[in-house]
Amino acid sequence: MTDQKSPASAPAAGSPDDAARVAEFEARIAQGESIEPKDWMPERYRKQLVRMMSQHAHSEIVGMLPEGNWITRAPSLRRKMVLLAKVQDEAGHGLYIYCGTETLGVDREELVDQLLTGKAKYSSIFNYPTLTWADIGVIGWFVDGAAIVNQTMLAKASFGPYARAMVRICKEENFHKKQGYESVATLANGTPEQRAMVQDAVNRWWWPSLMMFGPSDKDSPNSADLIRWRVKRDTNDTLRQRFVDLTVPQARAVNLTLPDPDLRYNEETEHWAFGEIDWKEFYEVISGNGPCNRERLAARRKAHDDGAWVREAAEAYAAKRQAVSAA
Amino acid sequence: MPNETASSVGASAENAETQWDLWEVFTQEGQGAPHEHAGSVHATTAEHAMQNARDVYARRGKLVSLWVVPTGAIVASAPSDAGPLFDPGNDKAYRHPQFYKTPRGVRGL
Repeated sequence: MTDQKSPASAPAAGSPDDAARVAEFEARIAQGESIEPKDWMPERYRKQLVRMMSQHAHSEIVGMLPEGNWITRAPSLRRKMVLLAKVQDEAGHGLYIYCGTETLGVDREELVDQLLTGKAKYSSIFNYPTLTWADIGVIGWFVDGAAIVNQTMLAKASFGPYARAMVRICKEENFHKKQGYESVATLANGTPEQRAMVQDAVNRWWWPSLMMFGPSDKDSPNSADLIRWRVKRDTNDTLRQRFVDLTVPQARAVNLTLPDPDLRYNEETEHWAFGEIDWKEFYEVISGNGPCNRERLAARRKAHDDGAWVREAAEAYAAKRQAVSAA
Repeated sequence: MPNETASSVGASAENAETQWDLWEVFTQEGQGAPHEHAGSVHATTAEHAMQNARDVYARRGKLVSLWVVPTGAIVASAPSDAGPLFDPGNDKAYRHPQFYKTPRGVRGL
């Protein structure tokens, strides 16, 4: 049997040809070549990709929960259709990335299991609650905006299946950000109550959105390898700065303020300087103590359990069909 | 492209207990365009695979056709075969029109 599942048909670590293969691999990366699942790759490259891609896929899936919370309460049919389409996209995006991750020799079942048992991480942002309708607009604007900055970079990742999934996602995700900003702009130009509601949402989501880019470069243990192997092209801090630079003028355009007294334009660097992120909060949330960590996982588990009968029915139907065609 | 396949027939049989078989999805974006690999889905039957492929890979765009193929049915070349399989394609300059000289002034060749 040709085992297409083991792209890492790697020799045992430390074997004589290992160093040569790593050198050859790195030379390919340096030339800008794309690595495909059946190509030889260092075990650490494979592991880092599985970690990153599965976290990314889980984030898409868990990301449906805070927004799904508002589908039944969307203020108009138009907003409801948009939100349904967006949440459905997130499910699709999760599946694109799971499919890419499977090419590295892990099963989706295994990945889903890691999510449901709380072993796997997902983006810290989805552990914050969506308290008002304005949160939905702000999520599209900030959270999808931040995701687009990150994913535009990942569309050039050295691992072919990841890059291709990102290209597909980026094409679809621009609408997510635009619908969010449209909703925010509508509220910002609305009644004083609507304005206050959207400003409050901006105040709550701004800092967690900046945390989405991950730890500061000086505390990011995986960055060096990921950049050397061109999984990532830019560091967390570079991407975070890019997002801030894009977002500040957008906030000003609708007369909303960002909750950072230190935010100011630096003429010299031509970037928006911003205040210190509360890293204590970030680490609390990623270690499971955010406002909604438990609720999110419980909702995921419930959805998985509630769907069991659908999976069983599909299997029973397939078995019956097989029996009929065998008879 | 087919080397993106994650599983073989043997592997999917092994996992039948916990996970549905894997199918590769190919989409045709517009009349006359080639079918291109889009990704994969898990499904119990061909019909189910088609339905899942539609939901995952055809939410928008100008798709006119979908193929779903059991992943294990795809035979893919190995990276180590690339040399013997594809190198000869590069060393035969006479397969290209630029190889041939034409008398000056002759058109429509």
